Amino acid sequence: MTAVQPQLTEPIEPGRDALDVGTTATRAVHGRSRVPWRFLGSRALFYLFTLWAAITINFFLPRMMKGDAVTQYLARNRNVSPEAADALRALLGLDTDKSLLQQYLDYWSHLLRGDLGVSLLHGLRPVTEVISQALPWTIGLVGFATIVSFTIGTVGGAVIGWRRGSRLDALIPITTFLSTIPYFWLGLLAIAVFSVNLRWFPIGKAYGVGVRPEWSLEFIGQVIHHGTLPALTIVIASLGGWMLGMRNMMLTVLDEDYITVAQAKGMPNSRVLWRYAARNAVLPQIQSFALSIGFIVGGTIVMEMVFSYPGIGKLLLDATNAKDYALMQGVFLVITISVLVANILADVAYAFLDPRTRQTEA
Amino acid sequence: MTVLDFAHVTKIYNVRGAGQMKALDDVSFTLQSGRTIGLVGQSGSGKSTIAKILTQLERPTSGDVLLDGAPIPQRGQALRRYRQQLRMVFQDPFASLNPYHSIRYHIERPLRLDGVVPAAQTEAEVRRLLERVRLDPQTVIDRRPHELSGGQRQRVAIARALASRPKILVADEPVSMLDVSIRLGVLNLLADLQREEGLGVLYITHDLATARHFSDEIIVLNQGRIVEQGTADDVILRPQDPYTRELRAASPDPEKHFAAQSPTGGLR
Amino acid sequence: MTTPATLGIRTAAAAPDPTSRQSRWAKLGGAFAMFRNGKSITGLAILGFFVLVAIFADVLAPFSPTTVDHTARFQPPSAQHWLGTTHIGEDVLSQVIHGTRGVIVVGFLAAAIATLIAITIGVISGYLSGWKSEGLSALTNVFLVIPGLPLIIIVASMFEDPPLWVIAAVLGLIGWAWGARVLRAQTMSLRNRDFIQAARANGEPLRRIITIEMLPNLMALIAASFVGTVTAAILSLTTLSYIGVIPVTTYNWGTILNWASAQGAFQQNQWWWYLPPGLCIAAIGVALSLINFGIDEYVNPRLRSAGERARAMKKKGMNVNDPVTAVRMDDVPHPADRKEHAS
Repeated sequence: MTAVQPQLTEPIEPGRDALDVGTTATRAVHGRSRVPWRFLGSRALFYLFTLWAAITINFFLPRMMKGDAVTQYLARNRNVSPEAADALRALLGLDTDKSLLQQYLDYWSHLLRGDLGVSLLHGLRPVTEVISQALPWTIGLVGFATIVSFTIGTVGGAVIGWRRGSRLDALIPITTFLSTIPYFWLGLLAIAVFSVNLRWFPIGKAYGVGVRPEWSLEFIGQVIHHGTLPALTIVIASLGGWMLGMRNMMLTVLDEDYITVAQAKGMPNSRVLWRYAARNAVLPQIQSFALSIGFIVGGTIVMEMVFSYPGIGKLLLDATNAKDYALMQGVFLVITISVLVANILADVAYAFLDPRTRQTEA
Repeated sequence: MTVLDFAHVTKIYNVRGAGQMKALDDVSFTLQSGRTIGLVGQSGSGKSTIAKILTQLERPTSGDVLLDGAPIPQRGQALRRYRQQLRMVFQDPFASLNPYHSIRYHIERPLRLDGVVPAAQTEAEVRRLLERVRLDPQTVIDRRPHELSGGQRQRVAIARALASRPKILVADEPVSMLDVSIRLGVLNLLADLQREEGLGVLYITHDLATARHFSDEIIVLNQGRIVEQGTADDVILRPQDPYTRELRAASPDPEKHFAAQSPTGGLR
Repeated sequence: MTTPATLGIRTAAAAPDPTSRQSRWAKLGGAFAMFRNGKSITGLAILGFFVLVAIFADVLAPFSPTTVDHTARFQPPSAQHWLGTTHIGEDVLSQVIHGTRGVIVVGFLAAAIATLIAITIGVISGYLSGWKSEGLSALTNVFLVIPGLPLIIIVASMFEDPPLWVIAAVLGLIGWAWGARVLRAQTMSLRNRDFIQAARANGEPLRRIITIEMLPNLMALIAASFVGTVTAAILSLTTLSYIGVIPVTTYNWGTILNWASAQGAFQQNQWWWYLPPGLCIAAIGVALSLINFGIDEYVNPRLRSAGERARAMKKKGMNVNDPVTAVRMDDVPHPADRKEHAS
């Protein structure tokens, strides 16, 4: 890993030295540039470009489908209001009398108004309404499980890396094996063992059948009861990846000389482990977390199918099977935007945690 | 006699997000075959930039580099012929050889690329070059770089540089990453080769002692500017510029009294 | 300045070796050094087993996967049907064996396509600089961020009955971005290494620099990326087959699980139907992970030796995390004893 060479900011006269005069490194220490604007700025530009690319892909998706499928769709939704029909035509590319560019612009104008069309599968309710009902379930369960998994995996990996050569090393192949098991199979097995046989948990869904969602203690209890098994399977399946990555990074960091210096200075081991080694090793972990958000989303879809969980993954699958194109487009867009937002948050966290990004701003 | 003219060269780098960085500021010197110039300065003074410009890995922002009066060509056959005349020995013996190729490959490539000898004689020429740098061809020729020691690798790098029979050799801190005990051996080898082949050598270093031992003329570089220039003895024994004096004061001298030293304690 | 990283220097042999000319085999063996540790070999063995099963499926399977035996439905494992039967009496073992082919073919083909694209885009964008490089990098990042599975689901739903190679192509076209990013980073760091500068200064043409100077140094990364992509492709294929997005007429372990799940095998504890396909997927996943572990340890020797060093120190009664080592005087011979041995 190369370090940015601190440059002298003024020539040295007799009687002063580098720390007096100030280098780029000391300026960062004195806190003259806290917010890495340039770094964040370039990332923001990238994300805007990706958003545009995703929306454009979304625009072309239904237009790539066979024509008769789309006309069938049009034939099925007779009871649509004129505005809704308009939106659908713009979204699905049914207005072939307009030029492609005009269609594209219409698509954007509908998007910016928040109009994603109506869902055939859900009684012609607006797609935005259908999605906003399902989204909190997904974010709640998957977000919670991912944070738990990341935390346990990173902390565990740090400890395993620190205690290298001990029996804890055996945890690595075990958790890695659990990660290579196909997730859907793990979920099905979990249901078979814990729901069918042991009857500890219900078989699926987010809450009991026929129960109305409300803010009562009993309902929240049901949600937790139903959500435990899916959350548990997500944690078990993804733990291995975090643990392995953190432990490998720890081994590399622990070989560095500054760790030896810290220990030789008499620093207590817990401080060296957490404030020195883990602090540096966690940086690539955050980067890989950002990169894996796309895959986490994929895992969500599978989980929601296996457990019949009413999130946006199940929404996408149902829409695909029913050929509800407007809903498919809408869910894909929302998923992509969520992934982008999560990536932005991870980038911001990384920018503030890694002092090198702050220093190169100076 | 070959003459290399470095004339009023300025090199400005555009650093992303931090404006511009002037690596070289109006640098001029002349190198002739048969003579060695020592280029001395601390890290970041611009020494490696000069090496990169000479080997066409970088281009000067302004100023000229002339070989025998003609400017360095930008492309094509002319550039190739220029490259044949000027070769470089890099600082890091561990990084300057490709870990995947044998020593034979490393020395063969310039021979084949420049057509120095007919194809049938390539193998013999490779062995001859290895012998010239005082390595045993039989032991070394089929090995990979990681099987050799640092000093041996640097000798291979020198052999590779000599393969195309250049007139000018740029040695960018050739011994600073070697064990102190073998530095003199490699430097003496360079001196012998220079004498035997009549090379012009640009010896880039931050070590004053070896610069004086090895060079006819010394140029002192500070933050991209030449601050002192003259014969080796003049510059080392009678330095005019304050920076040169600091450099000399920073060299370890077992006889020097500590109490007599200035409070700045050197620039490193 | 970083200290030069060397994987292990051996000082040159003192005695000249007259037969030092390396044979071609030795050179080839050196290229595959990354596969020569225990983990990789185990992984390769398991993988090889599955490849053989895929090739010889017709010979190995006792029945055709569609042979229906009405008298033997939902049967647990027996002498005639080693893994029992399905809901209409098909032999589970034969289905699993035949399913291997789809998995192996799609897995390797998708990975080959993805790796080829990754090498092209990654190495080129790493070696060039300026807007071309940035543009390719932005393209890579876009593919990396856009969620893959939803896109595949939508795209796959447009096909009626896609042949295996179409599935492989779609998976490959969506999965190249990760490898390209890693290769770009490594190429950028290689580009500034002295031996590449030396090759440029020697006048080596660009295509030789990329293919002969850089690529061998990237081999470990390319191999790891390929193996990882095979894993991802196999998992994607089986998951998509289970979901039903990929039509169930093609045979692979995912479709078997789709049928099993649809027939309520999980609820009715017909473990012989749903355990073997899942275990096979897990087994291949483990094999590929082992291979990647082996490559990891080859590339980063610290991973290999860290645990061993710690255990060796523990045997001597020391803790690897101790900053200082106690000196024990009982091991040091008394000066008087030493004098006796000196001649």
